Amino acid sequence: MSELRKISRREFMKRTGQAGGGLVFALSFASACQPEEQAVGPAAKASASVAPNVYVNMRNDGIVEIYCHRSEMGQGIRTSLPQVIADELEADWDKIKVIQAIGHEKYGDQNTDGSTSIRQHFDLLRNAGATARDMMIAAAASVWGVPAEECVAREHAVHHEASGQSAGFGDLVDTAIGMPQPEKADFKDRKDYRYIGKPMDTIDGMAFTTGGAMYGTDTVLPNMLYASIERCPAFGGKVVSFDDTAARAVAGVTDVIRMPDPTAPLVFNVLGGVAVLADNTWSAESGRKALQIEWDQGANAEHQSDTYKEALVASASAPGTTVLNRGDADIATDSEFEAVYYAPYLSQAPMEPPAATARVNEDGTCEVWACTQDPQTARDVVAGTLGLEKEQVTINVTLLGGGFGRKSKPDFIAEAAWLARETGRPVKVTWTREDDIRHGYLHSVSAQYFKAGMDADGKTASWLQRTSFPSIASTFAPGVTGPAGFELDLGLLDSPWHVPNMRIETCDAVAHARIGWLRSVCNVFHAFGACSFVDELAHVKGMDPKDHLLEIIGPARKIDPKDDGGEYTNYAQDLEKHPVDTGRLAAVAEKVAEMAGWGRELPEGRGLGIAVHRSFLSYTGAVAEVSVDENGKLVVHEMWTCIDAGTVVNPDRVVSQMEGAGIFGMSIALHGELTARNGAIVEGNFDAYPVVRMSEAPEAIHCHIMESDAPPGGVGEPGVPPVAPAIVNAYFAASGKRIRELPLRNAGLT
Amino acid sequence: MAIEFELNGETVSLEVDPAMPLLWAIRDIAGLTGTKYGCGKALCGSCVVHINGQPMRSCVTPAATAAGSVVTTIEGLSADGSHPVQVAWRELNVAQCGYCQSGQIMSAVALLERSPNPSDDEIDAAMSGNICRCGTYTRIRKAIHKVAEDQS
Repeated sequence: MSELRKISRREFMKRTGQAGGGLVFALSFASACQPEEQAVGPAAKASASVAPNVYVNMRNDGIVEIYCHRSEMGQGIRTSLPQVIADELEADWDKIKVIQAIGHEKYGDQNTDGSTSIRQHFDLLRNAGATARDMMIAAAASVWGVPAEECVAREHAVHHEASGQSAGFGDLVDTAIGMPQPEKADFKDRKDYRYIGKPMDTIDGMAFTTGGAMYGTDTVLPNMLYASIERCPAFGGKVVSFDDTAARAVAGVTDVIRMPDPTAPLVFNVLGGVAVLADNTWSAESGRKALQIEWDQGANAEHQSDTYKEALVASASAPGTTVLNRGDADIATDSEFEAVYYAPYLSQAPMEPPAATARVNEDGTCEVWACTQDPQTARDVVAGTLGLEKEQVTINVTLLGGGFGRKSKPDFIAEAAWLARETGRPVKVTWTREDDIRHGYLHSVSAQYFKAGMDADGKTASWLQRTSFPSIASTFAPGVTGPAGFELDLGLLDSPWHVPNMRIETCDAVAHARIGWLRSVCNVFHAFGACSFVDELAHVKGMDPKDHLLEIIGPARKIDPKDDGGEYTNYAQDLEKHPVDTGRLAAVAEKVAEMAGWGRELPEGRGLGIAVHRSFLSYTGAVAEVSVDENGKLVVHEMWTCIDAGTVVNPDRVVSQMEGAGIFGMSIALHGELTARNGAIVEGNFDAYPVVRMSEAPEAIHCHIMESDAPPGGVGEPGVPPVAPAIVNAYFAASGKRIRELPLRNAGLT
Repeated sequence: MAIEFELNGETVSLEVDPAMPLLWAIRDIAGLTGTKYGCGKALCGSCVVHINGQPMRSCVTPAATAAGSVVTTIEGLSADGSHPVQVAWRELNVAQCGYCQSGQIMSAVALLERSPNPSDDEIDAAMSGNICRCGTYTRIRKAIHKVAEDQS
């Protein structure tokens, strides 16, 4: 947006309505979803406003509207993003109103994954605030007839010290309308930050604690139908025939509709099946249970986790495709050590299952309310599903009851849109927990092989690593036979170990399930393998694991995997700005060990384990204190974590992400496993797919944030990867037993 | 059939199948969406409401069970979010995504009414039916202790 606009509130609503603007979202959401609108902040009393850019709207009642174009799923972006804008703008915190943006390309990248919201948007958001600030200054200078350079913005007003004049932002709006807008503005000095780096309270705190927060499951539209969909047990199968007589006899059921069959590649398209529609959720689910469906289980009907595991391990144990090579990893050494690690399929299992509501209007346009991490892709997918132009589709973003990567995929939104058009009524599709666990986009099952060669002096001289897992790329293109390039970025090619001879290979694995992202993605199993193996080497060498970890990280240096032939893309960021810095990794290792009191005496049956990892441009470490008794009862007593994420915006939200990552990582280590049998996922709910509960939570999860003025790295995901290996290493320290397969419960630990 | 009960201080009469879980009667029929679906099998606690002061999993409680009872949901805990548990939750910024927190708060309120100064073990026992996938457990413990301290 390059021009200033002077528009009345009515015109503003009309125009933003034409453009699919956020204000219309807030209003229609209010009418659609009882009892509160999604926007947080003071009510409107303005008669005019000026929008310096798409993220900021300055109202003449003094309220600053900030459009949050990233999805809120617990990471606190609806608090952190306004902190950045308001800081540069010099706005008062109690005079901002946060409005959730719809999916629209004018906002730039909205795909809330890859821990990108701050790290890739920090300067953009600062500029949004700073240019708005400079506009207010220019307006004041013109009113007062003084040079803009003599004016400063402070506490929601512009001041001219020499003349003693001041004007509030709201009073300057009418003047600012029509004035030229600076595209770039100078940023504040770090020491002058008012909100950045401060633990501001969660802006949605009141809504979260009163039942007023509106999620994807909560949308209610007039005349709406509730849909529940039975999908083929085996991935990729389809309906042969069905009998809906009993389903239609269920009170409240209005319709039964066969969904379009799935076609490869599935991407984000509907999964097929049979939908039951009713005037309430219970009737829809009851009707669904009464369906009689004959399935063609399709090409994956023979997929079994046990045999697939054997195939993956075999694949990783044989030579694959070299993706990084340094020196000669096959050189003769004094001794060798090798190990294979295995980790199963996982489900993201956000507490709110996928849910979306869609309405197809008389003019053919479609409006959606959904808990989506990626509203622009959702818009494209809905448009594709309905044969519309994307301009005919509006995606309103609700709060997300957890995402963890599941809600990056808008297949459930396509289902709602398709059913809304078929029925001619608004439709809400809510996945059951069983739907979520059985029919989601699975985190890859993986096998990894490691071999290290040691010199006579005990130093690691050679390192061979192979990884084998079905690729996310298989969801997007048929015929994919192994890991894709972007997955090698995730804790593989940026291997930090100071080993002169290193080779990394990828090995074949054909997908038989719908594979997708889960929080930290391949970093989860790559860190599990590498940090377990490094710990094993310490014991092979008779070294303290922390000392050995620091030794194998080696001297502080910046690694460029391209030097060794690795096609590394560094999370789409410049290596100069975001280097692979082993000094920062080592510093995190030392700090987290110090926090945990590494080296202290522990009772029998108790141990500490350490792991560190770089992901999403940040460095994280974890130490777990674990005990195990003679019955196999494993307790994680306490956890210490450390993160170097460069500049952080809201330290309390960073700490909360690390606390949450500790629990999420514990669930992966202790419990998480999906099992395929005859192509279908066996587990269906939190009984068979347990996650960590309060009774298992450590007494404390401590977190230290490294002080840094480096550019921001990611926060939401990087805390997860070191947790599982820290626990496995601690279990070894406690018991002398090494476990190379997750989850630990399969080893008889409870 | 109509099932009549007191919902957050008001008498309601809901025309529902008596077997319909109270969760869906509250959400879809009474229109209060603060109580959440998470599992449908009494495994996660997102749906906890109070029936005659007792924490109950509304996803497996037939609506008929509520007939003649006093039902309190998160919306009825206070008019303005001022219940001490709600306040403590905000002061410690417990919530991440917030989705499970209605159920967490309703379980915590019931615990504190039963045991005003619970130990960690009591908290673990009372709260382990409530899953938080974001992993806010350590803050929930702190918030419950804070309520106990503030009220003692």
